[in-house]
Amino acid sequence: MIKFYLDNRSGVAPYLQLVQQVKHALRLGFLQPGDQLPTVREVVASIAINPNTVFKAYRELEREGMVESRPGSGTFIQKTLAVPSRAHLETLRASLLPWLSSAFDTGLDSESITALFIDTLQHFAPETPTLYDHASSEKKL
Amino acid sequence: MMTSALETHALGKRYGRHWALRDCSLQIPIGSVTGLVGLNGAGKTTLLHLAVGLLEPTIGRIQVFGETPSQTSPRFLARIGFVAQERPLYRRFLVKEMLTLGKNLNLHWDNDLALSSLARLKIPMASPVGKLSGGQQAQVSLVLALAKMPRLLLLDEPFANVDPLARQEFLKILLEVVATREMTVLLSSHQIADLHKSCDHLIILSALQVQVADDIESLLANHKLLIGPRVGVDAISRAHTIVQASHSGRQSNLLVRTHSFIDNPSWQVQDVTLEEIALAYLTLSVESAQAQQQRKQEVLQ
Repeated sequence: MIKFYLDNRSGVAPYLQLVQQVKHALRLGFLQPGDQLPTVREVVASIAINPNTVFKAYRELEREGMVESRPGSGTFIQKTLAVPSRAHLETLRASLLPWLSSAFDTGLDSESITALFIDTLQHFAPETPTLYDHASSEKKL
Repeated sequence: MMTSALETHALGKRYGRHWALRDCSLQIPIGSVTGLVGLNGAGKTTLLHLAVGLLEPTIGRIQVFGETPSQTSPRFLARIGFVAQERPLYRRFLVKEMLTLGKNLNLHWDNDLALSSLARLKIPMASPVGKLSGGQQAQVSLVLALAKMPRLLLLDEPFANVDPLARQEFLKILLEVVATREMTVLLSSHQIADLHKSCDHLIILSALQVQVADDIESLLANHKLLIGPRVGVDAISRAHTIVQASHSGRQSNLLVRTHSFIDNPSWQVQDVTLEEIALAYLTLSVESAQAQQQRKQEVLQ
């Protein structure tokens, strides 16, 4: 079962920190469909966190379709976060190369390029995770 | 439908010629856990005492679940729990005698909760209260306040002189009750790091006034640290509220309460922690708070 923690030094809202930890565990495979999340009371008892924060995080995960709450039994992982295939990543990487060349040609150094990329990314849409059903993905395979 | 557990409107309290609290308007939603932060003498205890009816307002209005606090109404008293800073316990009573006293003095009493909590905290039932450590006494007073099943629980600096381990256990018991039944909590504390975890709302009292009363999530979202050119400070101050500013040469660091999205490329925008936000407001002196108020009025005119 996942063990949550809160970073007091972070400017990220506490409920979002919990949401991100579940997503992180999904990406790394520590959490898989069918796994149960601790009950709100268990989370409160382990890290002395505000229960409303935990409720909110679970509601958010439910809204995103990542977990399902079954009344009386608890909250369960329903979907997993998509990890793009290696081939897909290679295609994306290849498409970056011409863009990088033109950036260097304009006289930008790698630091400026990184800054430009991060800035653009931050102003692009907020995090929209790609989700897929475990069942349907197996069919595709 | 009533949504506030505690509501104040232009509330003020004056002792003689000295104001302890001024123009305090705020709302605490039912079911929330609200942290009350302020420097010593900022009016935290005054606000809590007004909420339980130990003090009467000089001006303004305060209501708890829609009622005016009254120390003579048994119905009102049954709805609130209050643990004062001094943790008033009968030092010569045994712990179990304190429980019997609580059971007989209160309209509602959850003895199972009291017994299980005290067992969890490993507090010896047969020990005189006065022989317990400061942290244990704090825990006993919290357990007594929880056992009377208040709808609103007010805690005045519950962590003072409590060691970190006892503090953690204390918070767990408190928040587990919040998770299982409807209870609103207002607690004053200097431990801002703890508040970040255990509270969902924050009130900052500074310069005798409420500087901030909001949910923590919006506070974190609305406050940013801006780093950029000193010549651009005026433009920022027209669109946003600058809480704290420091300048070095041509560069300025501004902690601002944003009113819109900042996409000016000459300013680097960074997230700030709750502690940084609280410290910035606490640093506001009486003078600058007044200056800000004046500016606000000018803007309105």
